[in-house]
Amino acid sequence: MRDETVRLALPAAGEATERPISIAIVAMGGQGGGVLTDWIVQLAENHGWAAQSTSVPGVAQRTGATIYYIEAMPLLDGRKPILSLMPTPGDVDVVMAAEFMEAGRSILRGLVTPERTTLIASNHRSFAIGEKVAPGNGIADDGAVTGAIGIAAKTEIIFDLNALAIAHGSVISAAMFGALAAADVLPFSRENYLDVIRAGGKGAKASIETFDAAFDRVKTGPAEVAAPAERAQISTKPAPLDPELGGLVARLTQELPEPAQAMARAGLRKVVDFQDVAYGSEYLDILGKLSTADRNAGGADKSYAFTQAAAKHLANAMSYDDVIRVADLKTRASRRTRIESELELSQDQVLHTTEFMHPRMEEVMGMLPAGFGRWLGAKPRLLGWLDRRVNKGRRVRTYSLPWFMALYVVGGLRGLRRRSLRHAVETDHRDQWLRAATAAVGTNYQLGVEILQCRRLVKGYSDTHSRGLSKFDKTLAAIKLVERRDDAADWARRLREAALKDGPGKELDGVIQTIKSFA
Amino acid sequence: MAERSFAREVEDLRLGDGDIFRGEGILAITKALLQSGVAYVGGYQGSPISHLMDVLADAKDVLDDLGVVFQSSANEAAAAAMLSASVMYPLRGAVAWKSTVGTNVASDALANLASGGVTGGTMIIVGEDYGEGSSIMQERTHAFAMKSQIWLLDPRPDHECIVNLIEKGFELSEVSNTPVMLEVRVRACHMHGSFACKDNVKPAHTIKDALNNPKRDVNRIVLPPAAYEHEQEKIRTRLPAAVSFVRDNRLNEWMGPKQGKVGIIMQGGMYNNVIRALQYLGLSDAYGNTQVPLYVMNVTYPVIDTEVAEFCLDKEAVLIVEEGQPEYLEQAINTVLRRRDIQARVHGKDVLPMGGDYTAQVLLGGVRDFLEKTEPRLLGNRPPAPDAAPVLNHPAVEKLKQVVPARPPGLCTGCPERPIFAAMKLVEEELGQHHVSADIGCHLFSILPPFNIGATTMGFGLGPASTSAFNVKADKRSIAVMGDGGFWHNGLTSGIGNAVFNKHDGVFVIVDNYYTSATGGQDILSSRAANKRRKTNNSITQAVKGIGGQWVRQLDRTYDVGKMRDTLKEALTTKEEGPKVIVASSECMLNKQRRVKPQINKAIKDGARIVKERFGVDEDVCTGDHACIRLSGCPSLSVKQLDDPLRDDPVAAIDNSCVGCGNCGEVAEAAVLCPSFYRADVIHNPSRWDKFRSKIVMSVISWLQRRRDRRRPALEALA
Repeated sequence: MRDETVRLALPAAGEATERPISIAIVAMGGQGGGVLTDWIVQLAENHGWAAQSTSVPGVAQRTGATIYYIEAMPLLDGRKPILSLMPTPGDVDVVMAAEFMEAGRSILRGLVTPERTTLIASNHRSFAIGEKVAPGNGIADDGAVTGAIGIAAKTEIIFDLNALAIAHGSVISAAMFGALAAADVLPFSRENYLDVIRAGGKGAKASIETFDAAFDRVKTGPAEVAAPAERAQISTKPAPLDPELGGLVARLTQELPEPAQAMARAGLRKVVDFQDVAYGSEYLDILGKLSTADRNAGGADKSYAFTQAAAKHLANAMSYDDVIRVADLKTRASRRTRIESELELSQDQVLHTTEFMHPRMEEVMGMLPAGFGRWLGAKPRLLGWLDRRVNKGRRVRTYSLPWFMALYVVGGLRGLRRRSLRHAVETDHRDQWLRAATAAVGTNYQLGVEILQCRRLVKGYSDTHSRGLSKFDKTLAAIKLVERRDDAADWARRLREAALKDGPGKELDGVIQTIKSFA
Repeated sequence: MAERSFAREVEDLRLGDGDIFRGEGILAITKALLQSGVAYVGGYQGSPISHLMDVLADAKDVLDDLGVVFQSSANEAAAAAMLSASVMYPLRGAVAWKSTVGTNVASDALANLASGGVTGGTMIIVGEDYGEGSSIMQERTHAFAMKSQIWLLDPRPDHECIVNLIEKGFELSEVSNTPVMLEVRVRACHMHGSFACKDNVKPAHTIKDALNNPKRDVNRIVLPPAAYEHEQEKIRTRLPAAVSFVRDNRLNEWMGPKQGKVGIIMQGGMYNNVIRALQYLGLSDAYGNTQVPLYVMNVTYPVIDTEVAEFCLDKEAVLIVEEGQPEYLEQAINTVLRRRDIQARVHGKDVLPMGGDYTAQVLLGGVRDFLEKTEPRLLGNRPPAPDAAPVLNHPAVEKLKQVVPARPPGLCTGCPERPIFAAMKLVEEELGQHHVSADIGCHLFSILPPFNIGATTMGFGLGPASTSAFNVKADKRSIAVMGDGGFWHNGLTSGIGNAVFNKHDGVFVIVDNYYTSATGGQDILSSRAANKRRKTNNSITQAVKGIGGQWVRQLDRTYDVGKMRDTLKEALTTKEEGPKVIVASSECMLNKQRRVKPQINKAIKDGARIVKERFGVDEDVCTGDHACIRLSGCPSLSVKQLDDPLRDDPVAAIDNSCVGCGNCGEVAEAAVLCPSFYRADVIHNPSRWDKFRSKIVMSVISWLQRRRDRRRPALEALA
């Protein structure tokens, strides 16, 4: 093909081939994106610029994500520029994202490019529905956003604008306006920005405080180095005062391999809190046996992953969710303190709480002595009659004397717990699970670990609990089908992950079908 | 109205000669109508023209001063029929709606109106909901304009141009006795800009004048033989009159150099993005000084043959920039050129995509391809065009695609429709999946996660009608959902009346939230607020019974999930024949909060005893299964990671945007979920009795708590 492209001396079309300053605001409904847009337009117009903004409100604002877009430019001999109605990928000067994943989305849309774009983004998360509905942990890994920002943005201003706004009694839009001022991409002074907020009137004081805080935060960096809120921070502290408990801790340190000790400490704490010190001793007994199996299976080379997993999941299995536990937790002083601080309750306010409880005969039966419970379980008509009396929603006024006393008494029934039907059922189930794991770890170390981790599937109360339990049982049964294969551990992991993806367990059934097709 | 004030916007309608209006496009249009001396305005709300209706509804004083009649029409057909006031009388009138859906509804009245023709200028403002962010099917209003012969204005996205075209449009309508449509795209409606105002004009002839001096002319009515004559009139008289007017008044615009080998013909609405594309190619500056001749069609129907011919005569090729499909303009222009044997080659959809938004980026590609084919020399010194491809192709960015979650729209915090769908989910678990016909409105979000309910949606108010085929005896019944907006729009007759008449055995749920909420919270017949200018508080239940519904259940608190579930179950299983109608009513929370929040804050400030409710989750009781979220999707119900090494999964958490609607607790109770939810009631300005009682009770409770805490082993050392 003949290339007709001839390099001619074509002059620029006019005096100003420069493009307007373009700003895209990506926000969700209710984040004040509209207000911020109006502020920026006003700011530009105050300086005699032509400014145009567009947005598509409507359904997008009902919790969906939306883009506000602004272009602004000085006039040329009184002539207004022709401004575009949508951002063009690769041609945006400033992108402001009111949430971290939305910053990621703006990068995916090509709005953030290294030649041009200053990215101002809040790194707080507002989870999307898809992240919230998973029965396990569905939260997307935002590390990928951090990585992409480094590639895509010319300048980045990233911090928790939302927290800053809340701390100053305002909304994120004010913080973003402050960050924009501090970014020095528009030729306007800090005072010019403040004039716009002041003219707005309503809520100006809180907006200005937030604006200032964000401005200073960008200019001078974070005020103090806050301790990272990483999880799994297990500190090691000196022996406790309680002599009995002290004995357990000493045992823990002597008997368990070092890598598993931190987790075992947390586990011990949980089971003792659930029942008593003797129960803690039982926990260490079982854990000790599992640890021996681990050592025999060559766990030393694998930093005792089996014992570590056991320390965690055994503690969870032993402190199952029963009525006694719920009543105990609901009546603790620390619980009320936590709610009071969450609500920022002041001295001259009075707090009540109402619990939404729906006990069924199953729960009552669980509390009964094992023999009696089993006897009752074999009497369906009597059970049905009783269930009709028990099984209904109850609104429990926690901090009224009669209801508190009732919860307090139930919470104090832990003395009956170890003889109860529920405890017998739980112990049985637990033993089976541990036997399967111990059997596996000798021949396939990782499979043993995976079986322990399946405990994560058992959670919830009532129907949710039965569903979790059935997923757990299905998973263990499916693992049995592949236990002799080299890749058994992989399949076990796949099964567990599938089970945590959706409520009804369709994904899990899919994986099981696959396994059945070859096993 | 929904307690939302448009008082500030109403002030803009009062601006006089020489004042500068600054604001949204849709408000500029509203102002332009008043500057044009309209005698009446009507319409039906819907994005993107809702603000026009809202502002007019709040602008009673301004309208009264001018003698302008305003009506919120029952639906778009009613609005279009309203224009019949201009058939016999020299009254200027305008109506507005969302298109193409509104135009679909109105098209019968529009066709009749266009056939008989008009005496007074009539204008239909259509908010063209096309492209990204649209909530409807992607079609063009253009087809309606052509089929009924209604002139279609498509002004450049510039307030001054739009306002000018409205004023000229009324004249055009009058000289050609034809209704005129003004098409404004979504972004242009919400575009902030400015223009110099003129004084508002009182209508020369008012509705009152017309009523007092009635006129009739059988030749204006669509009946044979007049109907045949109308067609001839359209061809022989009205079209030529319109063409002359458009040409003489230069409604279409020529930009750039007079001569050139190539040129671009475009819809007015495309102008800004075409200029930006040319700028990227180095062929224009930001102020529109272009090196390529442009013909901007602010009037896209009719096509002015002579103008097109003149523009194309000396050119080797032209590009037609016409958004959406099919390519009506391209076909029309080809006909013009072939008839006159003008040799300019016509490009359009061959270099531009057939469908979708014509963004600056899309146009950049199309114009470049066009010039490469026809006049590559123009592209001489190409400045680097913006290109995000290198970034988008980077592995770190590619990785984002798997990570960034979809954010589908959903029901607001505290929405009264949430418990209805939670109840439907519970019934689904018990009785299995049913065929569910959805409708237009907020409740349509039930088709998305977490509810995933609803199989079809056929149009506003047509949810019930779209189950009408499922009128047979089977093991399961069909379920139809419709909102109060859809019910009064047409659903009463097309849905409920139809089901009663045909003895349809299905279940019909009418979601009544006191407003047409999805369009911004306008009042309708069944709204519960007192509205001085309209008659509200008309019961849906009474209407259903009036039309012959027998099995009708009214639920006045949708948040009662248990009752909602039981009612649905009863409806699905009862032996009774005929439609089972459930009217589920609770106020739209968005509007309720707007109304109630300031009142509550004021009361607290004034020292009144107020109980504020909010929900919470006991994080040590929650096991992180999230079944509650799968039955809710409330924005304020989220998850959080605990700082506990024993727990892998995040627990549910409620943030401070919670409005205490009660759904969480009701669902937990009805679905037997878990005891981790609690409602916290905070008494502001408690009475002495409140304080006294709380003090006594809490001292006993504290004593008990201390007693038990003393018996616990000290665990702090294990932390």
